[in-house]
Amino acid sequence: MVPLDHYLILAAVIFAIGVIGVLVRRNLIVVLMSIELMLNAVNLTFIAFSRYLGSMQGQVIVFFVMAVAAAEAVIGLAIVISVFRHRQSLDPQEMQLLKW
Amino acid sequence: MVAPTQTVATVDLLRWMPLIPLLASLINVFFGTRLGRKASGGLACAAVLASFSIALYIFWLLPATGIFRDTVYTWFESGSFQVKLSFQVDALTAVMLLVVTGIGFLIHIYSLGYIGHDEGMIRFFVYLNLFIFFMLLLVMGDNLLVLFIGWEGVGLCSYLLIGFWYQDHTNTIAGNKAFIVNRIGDFGFMLGLLLLVTELGRQGVWTLDFMELQKHVNLLSPDKITLITLLLFVGAIGKSAQIPLFVWLPDAMAGPTPVSALIHAATMVTAGAYMTARLHFLFVLAPGTLSLIAVIGAATAFFAATVALTQNDIKRVLAYSTVSQLGYMFIAVGIGAFSTAIFHLFTHAFFKACLFLGSGSVIHALGGEQDMGKMGGLRAYLPTTYWTYLIATLAIAGAPFTSGFFSKDSILWQAYSRPHGSTELWFVGWLTAGLTAFYMFRQLFLVFHGQCRADDHVKAHIHESPAVMTLPLVVLAAGSIFAGWLGAPEYLWGSRWDQWLQPTFGGLHEAAHGSETDEINLTLLTLAIGALGFVFAYFAYGRASKLPDRLASLAGGGPYRLLLHKYYVDELYDFLIVRPFTYCSRWLAQVFDPEVIDGLVNAVAKGARGFSLIWREIQTGNVQHYLAGFLAATLALLAYFLNQQ
Repeated sequence: MVPLDHYLILAAVIFAIGVIGVLVRRNLIVVLMSIELMLNAVNLTFIAFSRYLGSMQGQVIVFFVMAVAAAEAVIGLAIVISVFRHRQSLDPQEMQLLKW
Repeated sequence: MVAPTQTVATVDLLRWMPLIPLLASLINVFFGTRLGRKASGGLACAAVLASFSIALYIFWLLPATGIFRDTVYTWFESGSFQVKLSFQVDALTAVMLLVVTGIGFLIHIYSLGYIGHDEGMIRFFVYLNLFIFFMLLLVMGDNLLVLFIGWEGVGLCSYLLIGFWYQDHTNTIAGNKAFIVNRIGDFGFMLGLLLLVTELGRQGVWTLDFMELQKHVNLLSPDKITLITLLLFVGAIGKSAQIPLFVWLPDAMAGPTPVSALIHAATMVTAGAYMTARLHFLFVLAPGTLSLIAVIGAATAFFAATVALTQNDIKRVLAYSTVSQLGYMFIAVGIGAFSTAIFHLFTHAFFKACLFLGSGSVIHALGGEQDMGKMGGLRAYLPTTYWTYLIATLAIAGAPFTSGFFSKDSILWQAYSRPHGSTELWFVGWLTAGLTAFYMFRQLFLVFHGQCRADDHVKAHIHESPAVMTLPLVVLAAGSIFAGWLGAPEYLWGSRWDQWLQPTFGGLHEAAHGSETDEINLTLLTLAIGALGFVFAYFAYGRASKLPDRLASLAGGGPYRLLLHKYYVDELYDFLIVRPFTYCSRWLAQVFDPEVIDGLVNAVAKGARGFSLIWREIQTGNVQHYLAGFLAATLALLAYFLNQQ
């Protein structure tokens, strides 16, 4: 049986990769995918604890997270498409109109 | 020094005296043009007539030792300090009421003729009625604050009426000058008033009421009284055009002539003398102030008279004459002869109003000409004006049994015989009497006698003024003779005047030294110098003569030029005060304000902007930067909370 800390370390690594992806990637789609990565890292943590503690609550929350992530992905991709139509670019560095 | 007990009665009628002219003024402001010129002029005259009738009725009701009061409402109160809007009439006020409303009424009537064809006629009557209102507040107020409102109000009306023909810029400037010079005096007056209130308040008596003040005046220390009276006298100097603040009055002649007669001769300029008489209980406790008043009065009387010798503008001569006569009043005040001062104020109101209105009639006839060099020989054209002018001239020169004779001789006699008086004061007054006779007869001869020097075009249009203008002249001329008979000296039939005012001024009559023979001798001396002045004027101006030119070129013409330019006082003030002041103001406006004041404000704004310019750099608009901030903050918080456990 794989011990709990292996799961947690894996989840932390995936989460860190997601964070770095969100912060540094120059493509909005990859940024969105990195967000998914972060969400799934969290899901993994929930599941690991659920199994370890023998409680179903963690799994229930994961279902919620997946539902929210799906909705978020839909809206995020829709925004990405309309931004792309508007500016022919998906580089977040170029999207800085919202400032003084 | 205790005043005899005075009975106080409440008479509700009093408030209507100032109120009616105010209402008429307001009606003319709002509906004047709709009423039409005739109706609005008539309304203005009727309002003053109504006030005059009430004044006569009050005068008839008033017992000599009585005071009538009318409290309209309590204006404000703070603790035990109460100021009411209330009026009082005692013997002194009754005299002033009759002068203000009576002469005011005559001058209103006269103005119907004088200003009737001017397009600003309705405005003129609005101002004139407003003036009567404020003047009545001034003389009727039973406390210093009501008096002060009237005091400022008449100054305002004076300013408005001097600049009445505002299209001419010099008139506006003359109005400004009058207003600003009066402000200087008013500032002193206000300081004196405040000092009086706070000093009495420190003793536990908070009041502005004349009767209360009189009751508690002994609580004040002599030093404070001297200071207070000096400050109040600064106000009187400004309003009554004494040295050094007399400069506004000659320029005030820029206003229409009825205004000069009413405001700048008969009533407003005497407010200073009235105020000192009203506060006589303060002034008698300050002998230092009184002697200063007497000296300033004498100096003003003399210097103004010398300037009047050489002026060529018909109204300017009268203006300096007014300043000089006001000086006489202050001589009387300064020696403590308040009732004599008010007596001269009373007689002066008649003959000076008559002279001014007469000069107005002349100016009217000549189509606006004021230079006496272009008059002459008008006796034949303007008979009524001539005769009334002659009578008023005789009165001011002090011819026997005219009103000026009685009042001026009374002042001179008091100046000689009273303990506060002195031979020097008498001598200056006596010399001035001679000068007065000279310059007045010089004017009479220049204007009415000899050859007419007007050009043919003007000459063809000379006409006697209409009856609305000559009738007031006749009434005033009668007053110029008979008004003085009330105050005859003891060796004739005695003075009803002093009896009448005695309750107001209390037992102020100090024993005079000197006998009746002295008094008669001094009177004869005064008559002699007056006659000398007349003879001199006759030989210089009454017939063709080289004398004026010879006098003018005396000592290289220096003295003549000095007098002609009024001792260069205006130039001196211009150099000493006006120029430095405008220079400073200009510097403040053009350098200090834009550089320093604006600079400070702009520096604050610029600083804020510069600071923001630095800090706004952190708002990049790039969402990834914000998220990095998020992360950093989250990690920091995490570290913090973990550390705590």
